[in-house]
Amino acid sequence: MANFAKPSAPRFSVEVYQNEFLPEGGRDVHAIVTVTSTGGATATRSAALAPGGSAVVIMLDCSGSMDHPPTKMRGAREATAAAIDTLRDGTSFAVIAGTHVAREIYPGQGRLATADPATRARAKEALRGLAAGGGTAIGTWLRLADGLLRGSAATIRHGILLTDGRNEHEEPAVLRATLDACAGRFTCDARGVGTDWEVKDVTDIAGALLGSADIVADPAHLSEDFTRMMENVMGKEVADVSLRLWTPVGAEIQYVKQVAPSVQDLTDRRTAAGPRAGDYPTGSWGDESREYHVCVRVPGASVGQEMLAARAMLVMPPVAGEPPVTLAQGLVRAVWTDDLAASTAISPQVAHYTGQAELAQAIQQGLEARKLGDVDGATAKLGRAVQLASASGNAGTARLLAKVVDVVDAAAGTVRLKAKVADADEMTLETRSTQTVRVKKT
Amino acid sequence: MSMHRLSGCPGCAEPLEEADRFCGVCGHPIAAPSGPGSAAPWAPGPTTTHPGGTAPRPPGAPDAASGGHDATAPSVPGGPDRSGYAAPTPPGGGDPARPTPDQQGNPAAGGPPYAQPGPGGATGSDHTPAAWGPGGPGYTGDEQERSEHGSAGEYAARAVPASASGGSRSYGDHAEPAAPAGGYGSGVPAPGWGSVTSAAPTLVGDADDWSGTPTTPAEATPWQSGSAQEPAYSPQQGTGPAQEPPYSPPQGSPQGEGKTCVACRAGRVDTDGYCEHCGHAQPRERDHLEEELGSVAAVSDRGLRHHRNEDSFAVAATALPDGSAATVAIVCDGVSSASRPDEASAAAAGAANEALLEALPRGAHPQEAMHDAILAAAAAVNALAPEVPGAQNAPACTLVGAVVSGGVLTIGWVGDSRAYWVPDDRAALPRRLTEDDSWAAQMVAAGLMGEAEAYADVRAHAITGWLGADAYDLEPHTASFKPDHPGVVVVCTDGLWNYAESAREMAEVLPSDAAFRPLHSAQVLVGHALDGGGHDNITVAVVPFAAVPPRPPVHAETEPETEPTS
Repeated sequence: MANFAKPSAPRFSVEVYQNEFLPEGGRDVHAIVTVTSTGGATATRSAALAPGGSAVVIMLDCSGSMDHPPTKMRGAREATAAAIDTLRDGTSFAVIAGTHVAREIYPGQGRLATADPATRARAKEALRGLAAGGGTAIGTWLRLADGLLRGSAATIRHGILLTDGRNEHEEPAVLRATLDACAGRFTCDARGVGTDWEVKDVTDIAGALLGSADIVADPAHLSEDFTRMMENVMGKEVADVSLRLWTPVGAEIQYVKQVAPSVQDLTDRRTAAGPRAGDYPTGSWGDESREYHVCVRVPGASVGQEMLAARAMLVMPPVAGEPPVTLAQGLVRAVWTDDLAASTAISPQVAHYTGQAELAQAIQQGLEARKLGDVDGATAKLGRAVQLASASGNAGTARLLAKVVDVVDAAAGTVRLKAKVADADEMTLETRSTQTVRVKKT
Repeated sequence: MSMHRLSGCPGCAEPLEEADRFCGVCGHPIAAPSGPGSAAPWAPGPTTTHPGGTAPRPPGAPDAASGGHDATAPSVPGGPDRSGYAAPTPPGGGDPARPTPDQQGNPAAGGPPYAQPGPGGATGSDHTPAAWGPGGPGYTGDEQERSEHGSAGEYAARAVPASASGGSRSYGDHAEPAAPAGGYGSGVPAPGWGSVTSAAPTLVGDADDWSGTPTTPAEATPWQSGSAQEPAYSPQQGTGPAQEPPYSPPQGSPQGEGKTCVACRAGRVDTDGYCEHCGHAQPRERDHLEEELGSVAAVSDRGLRHHRNEDSFAVAATALPDGSAATVAIVCDGVSSASRPDEASAAAAGAANEALLEALPRGAHPQEAMHDAILAAAAAVNALAPEVPGAQNAPACTLVGAVVSGGVLTIGWVGDSRAYWVPDDRAALPRRLTEDDSWAAQMVAAGLMGEAEAYADVRAHAITGWLGADAYDLEPHTASFKPDHPGVVVVCTDGLWNYAESAREMAEVLPSDAAFRPLHSAQVLVGHALDGGGHDNITVAVVPFAAVPPRPPVHAETEPETEPTS
């Protein structure tokens, strides 16, 4: 099979940050694996589509609640129109109206349209017919999107999902099963508009389908957000990239987490890939950089020994019988030493992202405690979160935290819970708790 | 994770004897009961067990075949040579089978010196390969013993003449990892020892024969035959001499692709130098290096506790304008706390050596040449530093060099690597020729501390002079000596002298025939440091100095005369 326009495809690079030195008896090896793809979308923005093309399905919540207030329906319609305008010519697309059932709005008949001025106009025309009414069963939307995307030959297959309410007309298990089925078939960004939706539904969808999750509390901001999301999709060049970890015999992967730009635990997403290797899905890539925290437990060895604890590779799936392509790789090493200064040092990157992961967890636990009325627990956890956010320079999260707690001393993590917190602020904090910042340049 | 006495080898389950330090069959180090440095098995599974850091040594020389004869490959043709090795020290002496160094094709490996325990007895006899030395007849008996005990280690112990037995046996052998094997691997069986071939397995399995294992490079045989569980080795215990294990010598280039891991013996080695199965790093070329020229020899070893060798050396022979020979030896120790210390030491040794080889033949004064060579080495190390002013941890190393030319011994150094003078006549006084640029030395020099106290301090080894971009005021020290008696210059890093600090101790460790067998002597010295724990990289060059026959204005002093300049 011909290689699609390789020059315009992004180039991947892998860097590993770690302190490879372990004390005698040490077994846990931590490393931050930074993956960067460059030379792709940005360099060729005007020129090219992803090799093989892209296909995008927009899923709009059209349940009855979208009319309360009516600005939500209007905002959604406008945002979708803006997203359609952002589609590059040649991209396949479709729009689905989601209630307790899913309905094709455009183009219909189980097909995808190919973006050009005419189809864009017709699609926007079709949006006018959207009306709110009915329940919410998000699984049905995703299954319909999956069906449409499966008929496409596009390499990049993506969904954009907007909801405003709880997934009330479907068992949680059904949504879960749908997500499991769709995982790996397409990626999906999920948005909640207003404040009546369940944060967990939205973050679960984005997590399972390797997309982003966010809140758009004010429907007036939907257009802006949809445009940005669609631009992001248009920038994707390579799909179905996996982080492949090879580990030596006797070693165990303790965990694999994406830690930047947001925390996403991938540990359980492993699929076997040959002897001692496993693949962790990373979805599609444009011009971007992500970081992963890998922890491997290796068999102990004596001082002076060195071993390869893991080999981290970025691989593309095999195409038409060709072997999988390794895009880049890095080595995670373990070296045993009796030099205490060496073995007790912590890699700044590992320390930073360990802190960011703890930050996300502290926020989630703190908000959970707050909902349960556990003031002390909530204060402790959110205080810790404030401290971590402050120390790591995560200003965005610090700002969100300050809307939920009164910060007395950020460095010490001393806070008081605010008596009254706007739903939007709490949901924003919860939805964005996993956002991380990069290591500060020294 | 130090291990207690094991009843069997962690590598191959071979029963062990009390004094065994290395498995008689596979060469797996048996954890030294005392030391934290004890080699623990690499990996949990029996298939992955592997000797500690010391085991997988790259061959110092292309002695793969002999490496193969090592413990795990009893059947290798190298085996018989091993017995050649044994020959030199039959208690009875005069064994006709004793190969001469020439026969061996490797002077270093030659036996004669072994035959005489010598005054250094205490240490010298450590490696008395007297262990090898049962005379021909003894062999048969030993063979029987071996069957009785079913333990190669035991056998080895028995084979050791009483004089050479004891806890200290052996490390000497360890001391000579690659070279002896090379020598013995030459494939020249000692006359009359043909039958021994089959006995070789036992010998090979001798726990003392550490050298075999370390020399085993990745391509070494045993791995080929499968995991440590491979029963092939045990049968060998009981088998008759004629039986050869199904080993076939490695084929193709040792460096070729598809090398098998030395640690687990199961995986292949990937292009990054790690095993595709167990992940273990494979021995690197620098882990153990040896070089011998006619007039000088050097050995460098990673040691037992460091994961790589950051020492470096260069030895060379050249000629002065008058046609007389000049010998150069440079030894450098990379500063571990700096970045890329291994590159620093290699650059420094290479640059200093080149500078001397350029200057000496054109008649430069050796002391000036040494001074300039150190400056050249410093420039080479500086060049490694990133071009960022005030960059932290620029690559750095020490340097010590010796030049023997025209009856003059010239020494130069920066840092705490040292040169010692050991007269051939051991009755004469040995002495240290360098003064460390170190915290301890400064304390002592300033009279603030006694030597013992200063060197016991944790700061003792903090060096106050080094080559590197962040060194202040580089002050190369040089000195010239005109010894009126022959001797040997020992040029070494602290990895050695930590285990033989005083000149007297160094002289005791240095074999009495060092002048004639510099490579062997260097191996013995390295072995001494490994024996002591091998906590650092160890590098030593041995430079024999033949005194120029006294001329009219005789230099009457017994002591060499120093003329330090700085």
